[in-house]
Amino acid sequence: MSQCETSSPFTEAEGLPRSAEGDPVFAEPWQAQAFALTVHLHERGVFGWNEWAASLSREVHRPERARDGADYFDAWVAALSHLLAEKGVADQETVLALQHSWQRAAEATPHGSPIVLENDPLR
Amino acid sequence: MSTHHHHGADGHDHDHDHHHHDNHYSDMQARVRALETVLTEKGLIDPAALDAIVETYETRVGPRNGALVVARAWAESDFADWLKRDATAAIASMGFTGRQGEHMRAVFNTTETHNLVVCTLCSCYPWAVLGLPPVWYKAPAYRSRAVIDPRGVLAEFGVSLPETTKIRVWDSTAELRYLVVPERPEGTEGWTQEELADLVTRDSMIGTGLASSVKGRAP
Repeated sequence: MSQCETSSPFTEAEGLPRSAEGDPVFAEPWQAQAFALTVHLHERGVFGWNEWAASLSREVHRPERARDGADYFDAWVAALSHLLAEKGVADQETVLALQHSWQRAAEATPHGSPIVLENDPLR
Repeated sequence: MSTHHHHGADGHDHDHDHHHHDNHYSDMQARVRALETVLTEKGLIDPAALDAIVETYETRVGPRNGALVVARAWAESDFADWLKRDATAAIASMGFTGRQGEHMRAVFNTTETHNLVVCTLCSCYPWAVLGLPPVWYKAPAYRSRAVIDPRGVLAEFGVSLPETTKIRVWDSTAELRYLVVPERPEGTEGWTQEELADLVTRDSMIGTGLASSVKGRAP
Protein backbone atom coordinates (compact mmCIF):
# COMPACT_ATOMS: atom_id res chain seq x y z
CA MET A 1 0.00 0.00 0.00
CA SER A 2 2.70 2.49 0.83
CA GLN A 3 5.09 3.74 -1.81
CA CYS A 4 8.21 2.88 0.08
CA GLU A 5 7.90 -0.87 -0.40
CA THR A 6 9.13 -0.66 -3.96
CA SER A 7 12.75 -1.52 -4.46
CA SER A 8 14.83 -0.91 -7.54
CA PRO A 9 18.24 -2.02 -8.77
CA PHE A 10 19.30 1.59 -8.39
CA THR A 11 18.37 1.48 -4.70
CA GLU A 12 20.59 -1.49 -4.13
CA ALA A 13 23.48 -0.09 -6.10
CA GLU A 14 23.43 3.17 -4.22
CA GLY A 15 22.67 1.64 -0.85
CA LEU A 16 20.09 4.16 0.27
CA PRO A 17 19.09 2.67 3.59
CA ARG A 18 15.47 1.71 4.02
CA SER A 19 13.31 1.28 7.05
CA ALA A 20 9.69 0.25 7.00
CA GLU A 21 7.14 2.34 8.81
CA GLY A 22 6.84 1.23 12.37
CA ASP A 23 10.38 -0.12 12.64
CA PRO A 24 11.78 0.20 16.14
CA VAL A 25 13.60 3.50 16.36
CA PHE A 26 16.32 2.20 18.64
CA ALA A 27 18.32 -0.86 17.66
CA GLU A 28 19.78 -1.32 21.15
CA PRO A 29 18.88 -0.03 24.63
CA TRP A 30 22.02 2.12 24.91
CA GLN A 31 20.79 4.14 21.93
CA ALA A 32 17.52 4.87 23.70
CA GLN A 33 19.44 5.84 26.84
CA ALA A 34 21.76 8.16 24.94
CA PHE A 35 18.79 9.78 23.25
CA ALA A 36 16.90 10.23 26.52
CA LEU A 37 19.98 11.64 28.26
CA THR A 38 20.32 14.29 25.57
CA VAL A 39 16.67 15.34 25.65
CA HIS A 40 16.71 15.37 29.45
CA LEU A 41 19.92 17.41 29.78
CA HIS A 42 18.58 19.93 27.30
CA GLU A 43 15.35 20.24 29.25
CA ARG A 44 17.37 20.83 32.38
CA GLY A 45 19.21 23.65 30.66
CA VAL A 46 22.63 21.98 30.51
CA PHE A 47 22.91 22.95 26.83
CA GLY A 48 20.86 24.64 24.15
CA TRP A 49 19.37 22.68 21.29
CA ASN A 50 21.40 24.70 18.78
CA GLU A 51 24.57 23.73 20.59
CA TRP A 52 23.46 20.12 20.46
CA ALA A 53 22.63 20.26 16.75
CA ALA A 54 26.03 21.79 16.00
CA SER A 55 27.83 19.13 18.02
CA LEU A 56 25.89 16.30 16.38
CA SER A 57 26.44 17.81 12.96
CA ARG A 58 30.20 17.82 13.50
CA GLU A 59 30.12 14.13 14.37
CA VAL A 60 27.82 12.93 11.59
CA HIS A 61 29.87 14.80 9.00
CA ARG A 62 33.10 12.98 9.79
CA PRO A 63 34.30 11.31 6.58
CA GLU A 64 34.58 7.88 8.19
CA ARG A 65 30.86 7.72 9.00
CA ALA A 66 28.86 4.98 7.29
CA ARG A 67 26.92 6.07 4.22
CA ASP A 68 23.81 4.28 5.39
CA GLY A 69 23.75 5.85 8.83
CA ALA A 70 24.39 2.51 10.60
CA ASP A 71 26.67 4.28 13.08
CA TYR A 72 24.37 7.24 13.66
CA PHE A 73 24.04 6.62 17.39
CA ASP A 74 27.80 6.19 17.70
CA ALA A 75 27.99 9.73 16.35
CA TRP A 76 25.25 10.75 18.77
CA VAL A 77 27.18 9.45 21.79
CA ALA A 78 30.42 11.06 20.57
CA ALA A 79 28.58 14.37 20.14
CA LEU A 80 27.12 14.15 23.63
CA SER A 81 30.52 13.29 25.14
CA HIS A 82 32.20 16.24 23.42
CA LEU A 83 29.47 18.69 24.36
CA LEU A 84 29.54 17.63 28.01
CA ALA A 85 33.34 17.98 27.99
CA GLU A 86 33.10 21.45 26.43
CA LYS A 87 30.54 22.44 29.05
CA GLY A 88 32.85 21.25 31.82
CA VAL A 89 30.24 18.75 32.97
CA ALA A 90 32.20 15.57 32.27
CA ASP A 91 35.81 15.59 31.13
CA GLN A 92 36.87 13.03 28.56
CA GLU A 93 39.47 11.29 30.78
CA THR A 94 36.96 10.70 33.57
CA VAL A 95 34.40 9.33 31.14
CA LEU A 96 36.93 7.08 29.42
CA ALA A 97 38.18 5.73 32.76
CA LEU A 98 34.60 5.02 33.84
CA GLN A 99 33.86 3.42 30.48
CA HIS A 100 36.71 0.95 31.01
CA SER A 101 35.63 0.43 34.58
CA TRP A 102 32.12 -0.51 33.42
CA GLN A 103 33.59 -2.92 30.87
CA ARG A 104 35.72 -4.64 33.54
CA ALA A 105 32.70 -4.73 35.84
CA ALA A 106 30.61 -6.39 33.13
CA GLU A 107 33.23 -9.06 32.50
CA ALA A 108 33.52 -9.76 36.23
CA THR A 109 29.79 -10.07 36.79
CA PRO A 110 28.37 -13.59 36.57
CA HIS A 111 25.57 -14.08 34.11
CA GLY A 112 22.19 -13.37 35.65
CA SER A 113 23.42 -10.87 38.22
CA PRO A 114 22.96 -7.15 37.71
CA ILE A 115 26.07 -5.40 36.47
CA VAL A 116 27.16 -2.77 38.96
CA LEU A 117 30.24 -0.58 38.89
CA GLU A 118 31.44 -2.00 42.21
CA ASN A 119 32.10 -5.31 40.41
CA ASP A 120 35.10 -3.75 38.66
CA PRO A 121 38.04 -5.62 40.25
CA LEU A 122 40.33 -2.58 39.84
CA ARG A 123 38.00 -0.22 41.55
CA MET B 1 16.67 -7.08 -1.06
CA SER B 2 20.34 -6.90 -0.39
CA THR B 3 21.53 -3.88 1.49
CA HIS B 4 25.02 -3.01 2.48
CA HIS B 5 25.76 -2.60 6.10
CA HIS B 6 28.74 -0.70 7.21
CA HIS B 7 29.79 -0.73 10.76
CA GLY B 8 31.46 1.83 12.92
CA ALA B 9 35.02 1.70 14.07
CA ASP B 10 34.04 -0.14 17.22
CA GLY B 11 32.84 -3.04 15.08
CA HIS B 12 29.51 -4.23 16.42
CA ASP B 13 29.67 -7.27 14.20
CA HIS B 14 32.70 -9.14 15.41
CA ASP B 15 31.65 -9.69 19.00
CA HIS B 16 31.00 -13.32 18.14
CA ASP B 17 34.65 -14.01 17.50
CA HIS B 18 35.64 -12.97 20.97
CA HIS B 19 36.12 -15.43 23.78
CA HIS B 20 33.00 -15.73 25.87
CA HIS B 21 32.71 -13.80 29.04
CA ASP B 22 29.69 -13.94 31.22
CA ASN B 23 28.89 -10.36 30.39
CA HIS B 24 30.27 -7.95 27.91
CA TYR B 25 29.75 -4.25 27.33
CA SER B 26 30.54 -2.83 23.91
CA ASP B 27 32.42 0.48 23.90
CA MET B 28 29.18 2.32 23.20
CA GLN B 29 27.21 0.57 25.94
CA ALA B 30 29.98 1.26 28.43
CA ARG B 31 30.37 4.88 27.27
CA VAL B 32 26.69 5.60 27.84
CA ARG B 33 26.80 3.99 31.27
CA ALA B 34 29.89 6.06 32.06
CA LEU B 35 28.13 9.28 31.08
CA GLU B 36 25.14 8.30 33.19
CA THR B 37 27.42 7.61 36.15
CA VAL B 38 29.08 11.04 35.95
CA LEU B 39 25.76 12.82 35.45
CA THR B 40 24.11 10.94 38.31
CA GLU B 41 26.99 11.79 40.64
CA LYS B 42 26.55 15.44 39.72
CA GLY B 43 22.82 15.25 40.33
CA LEU B 44 22.07 16.31 36.77
CA ILE B 45 19.77 13.47 35.84
CA ASP B 46 16.62 11.94 37.18
CA PRO B 47 16.44 8.25 36.15
CA ALA B 48 12.64 8.24 36.21
CA ALA B 49 12.54 11.16 33.78
CA LEU B 50 14.92 9.31 31.45
CA ASP B 51 12.66 6.27 31.43
CA ALA B 52 9.66 8.47 30.71
CA ILE B 53 11.39 10.03 27.71
CA VAL B 54 12.25 6.65 26.21
CA GLU B 55 8.73 5.38 26.80
CA THR B 56 7.20 8.47 25.23
CA TYR B 57 9.21 8.24 22.05
CA GLU B 58 9.01 4.47 21.73
CA THR B 59 5.30 4.19 22.17
CA ARG B 60 3.35 7.39 22.39
CA VAL B 61 4.79 9.85 19.91
CA GLY B 62 4.76 8.68 16.36
CA PRO B 63 3.62 9.57 12.87
CA ARG B 64 0.00 9.04 13.89
CA ASN B 65 0.14 12.54 15.43
CA GLY B 66 1.16 14.06 12.14
CA ALA B 67 -1.40 11.96 10.28
CA LEU B 68 -4.15 13.45 12.44
CA VAL B 69 -2.89 16.96 11.65
CA VAL B 70 -2.91 16.24 7.92
CA ALA B 71 -6.35 14.59 8.02
CA ARG B 72 -7.77 17.59 9.82
CA ALA B 73 -6.27 19.93 7.25
CA TRP B 74 -7.87 17.87 4.49
CA ALA B 75 -11.25 17.92 6.19
CA GLU B 76 -11.39 21.47 7.57
CA SER B 77 -10.36 24.31 5.31
CA ASP B 78 -10.16 26.75 8.25
CA PHE B 79 -7.67 24.49 9.95
CA ALA B 80 -5.72 24.12 6.70
CA ASP B 81 -5.48 27.91 6.45
CA TRP B 82 -4.27 28.16 10.03
CA LEU B 83 -1.74 25.39 9.42
CA LYS B 84 -0.43 27.28 6.39
CA ARG B 85 -0.19 30.55 8.30
CA ASP B 86 1.08 29.38 11.66
CA ALA B 87 1.83 25.68 11.79
CA THR B 88 3.42 25.90 15.23
CA ALA B 89 0.21 27.18 16.80
CA ALA B 90 -2.15 25.03 14.73
CA ILE B 91 -0.26 21.87 15.63
CA ALA B 92 0.09 22.89 19.28
CA SER B 93 -3.68 23.34 19.42
CA MET B 94 -3.94 19.58 18.87
CA GLY B 95 -1.63 18.93 21.81
CA PHE B 96 1.52 18.21 19.85
CA THR B 97 4.36 20.45 20.91
CA GLY B 98 8.08 20.09 20.43
CA ARG B 99 10.40 19.72 23.36
CA GLN B 100 13.13 21.85 21.88
CA GLY B 101 11.04 24.93 21.32
CA GLU B 102 11.33 24.51 17.59
CA HIS B 103 8.98 26.13 15.10
CA MET B 104 6.96 24.17 12.61
CA ARG B 105 6.13 24.96 9.05
CA ALA B 106 3.63 22.97 7.00
CA VAL B 107 4.30 22.72 3.27
CA PHE B 108 1.41 21.64 1.07
CA ASN B 109 1.81 19.41 -1.96
CA THR B 110 -0.11 20.42 -5.07
CA THR B 111 -0.17 19.10 -8.61
CA GLU B 112 2.44 21.76 -9.44
CA THR B 113 4.76 21.29 -6.46
CA HIS B 114 5.95 18.33 -4.46
CA ASN B 115 7.74 19.02 -1.18
CA LEU B 116 10.59 16.97 0.23
CA VAL B 117 12.17 17.43 3.66
CA VAL B 118 15.76 16.76 4.61
CA CYS B 119 18.21 17.87 7.25
CA THR B 120 21.62 18.32 5.71
CA LEU B 121 23.06 19.58 9.01
CA CYS B 122 22.34 16.51 11.11
CA SER B 123 18.92 14.99 11.54
CA CYS B 124 16.51 17.69 12.68
CA TYR B 125 13.06 16.21 12.41
CA PRO B 126 9.58 17.18 13.62
CA TRP B 127 9.56 14.75 16.56
CA ALA B 128 6.32 16.05 18.04
CA VAL B 129 4.32 15.05 14.97
CA LEU B 130 6.37 12.23 13.45
CA GLY B 131 8.18 10.62 16.37
CA LEU B 132 11.81 9.75 15.77
CA PRO B 133 13.26 9.74 12.27
CA PRO B 134 13.64 6.56 10.24
CA VAL B 135 17.14 5.19 9.66
CA TRP B 136 17.44 6.48 6.11
CA TYR B 137 16.58 10.05 7.11
CA LYS B 138 19.70 10.15 9.27
CA ALA B 139 21.98 8.60 6.66
CA PRO B 140 24.56 10.65 4.74
CA ALA B 141 23.26 9.10 1.50
CA TYR B 142 19.83 10.64 1.94
CA ARG B 143 21.06 13.89 3.50
CA SER B 144 23.31 14.64 0.54
CA ARG B 145 21.35 13.17 -2.33
CA ALA B 146 17.96 14.65 -1.44
CA VAL B 147 19.39 18.05 -2.27
CA ILE B 148 21.44 17.12 -5.33
CA ASP B 149 19.03 14.69 -6.95
CA PRO B 150 15.59 14.80 -5.35
CA ARG B 151 13.88 13.20 -8.33
CA GLY B 152 16.28 10.26 -8.25
CA VAL B 153 15.76 9.85 -4.50
CA LEU B 154 11.98 9.91 -4.97
CA ALA B 155 12.27 7.29 -7.70
CA GLU B 156 14.09 5.04 -5.26
CA PHE B 157 11.18 5.39 -2.88
CA GLY B 158 8.89 4.36 -5.71
CA VAL B 159 7.50 7.83 -6.26
CA SER B 160 7.53 9.07 -9.84
CA LEU B 161 6.09 12.48 -10.44
CA PRO B 162 5.18 14.08 -13.75
CA GLU B 163 8.07 16.02 -15.29
CA THR B 164 5.98 19.16 -14.90
CA THR B 165 5.78 18.78 -11.12
CA LYS B 166 8.37 20.92 -9.41
CA ILE B 167 10.18 19.45 -6.42
CA ARG B 168 11.00 21.76 -3.54
CA VAL B 169 13.50 20.57 -0.99
CA TRP B 170 13.28 21.99 2.52
CA ASP B 171 16.33 21.84 4.74
CA SER B 172 15.39 21.53 8.42
CA THR B 173 17.26 23.29 11.17
CA ALA B 174 17.31 23.10 14.93
CA GLU B 175 14.79 25.97 15.02
CA LEU B 176 12.52 25.16 12.09
CA ARG B 177 11.09 21.77 11.12
CA TYR B 178 8.81 20.94 8.23
CA LEU B 179 5.71 18.82 7.86
CA VAL B 180 4.64 17.90 4.35
CA VAL B 181 0.89 17.87 3.80
CA PRO B 182 0.39 15.36 1.00
CA GLU B 183 -2.42 15.67 -1.49
CA ARG B 184 -5.70 14.14 -0.39
CA PRO B 185 -6.35 10.91 -2.29
CA GLU B 186 -9.29 10.77 -4.67
CA GLY B 187 -12.44 9.01 -3.60
CA THR B 188 -12.28 10.00 0.05
CA GLU B 189 -15.21 12.39 0.13
CA GLY B 190 -17.20 12.06 3.32
CA TRP B 191 -14.51 10.08 5.17
CA THR B 192 -14.01 10.80 8.87
CA GLN B 193 -10.73 12.34 9.97
CA GLU B 194 -9.76 9.07 11.68
CA GLU B 195 -10.28 7.20 8.42
CA LEU B 196 -8.38 9.81 6.46
CA ALA B 197 -5.49 9.64 8.91
CA ASP B 198 -5.06 5.95 8.07
CA LEU B 199 -4.04 6.99 4.55
CA VAL B 200 -1.32 9.36 5.75
CA THR B 201 1.96 7.46 5.88
CA ARG B 202 5.05 8.69 7.67
CA ASP B 203 6.93 8.93 4.40
CA SER B 204 4.16 11.03 2.85
CA MET B 205 4.76 13.64 5.57
CA ILE B 206 8.49 13.71 4.83
CA GLY B 207 7.81 13.83 1.11
CA THR B 208 9.40 10.51 0.19
CA GLY B 209 5.95 9.03 -0.30
CA LEU B 210 2.41 9.94 -1.22
CA ALA B 211 -0.71 9.37 0.82
CA SER B 212 -2.02 5.84 0.27
CA SER B 213 -4.53 5.45 -2.50
CA VAL B 214 -7.97 4.18 -1.53
CA LYS B 215 -8.02 1.28 -3.99
CA GLY B 216 -8.81 -1.91 -2.19
CA ARG B 217 -9.62 -0.34 1.16
CA ALA B 218 -13.02 0.34 2.52
CA PRO B 219 -13.58 3.58 4.35
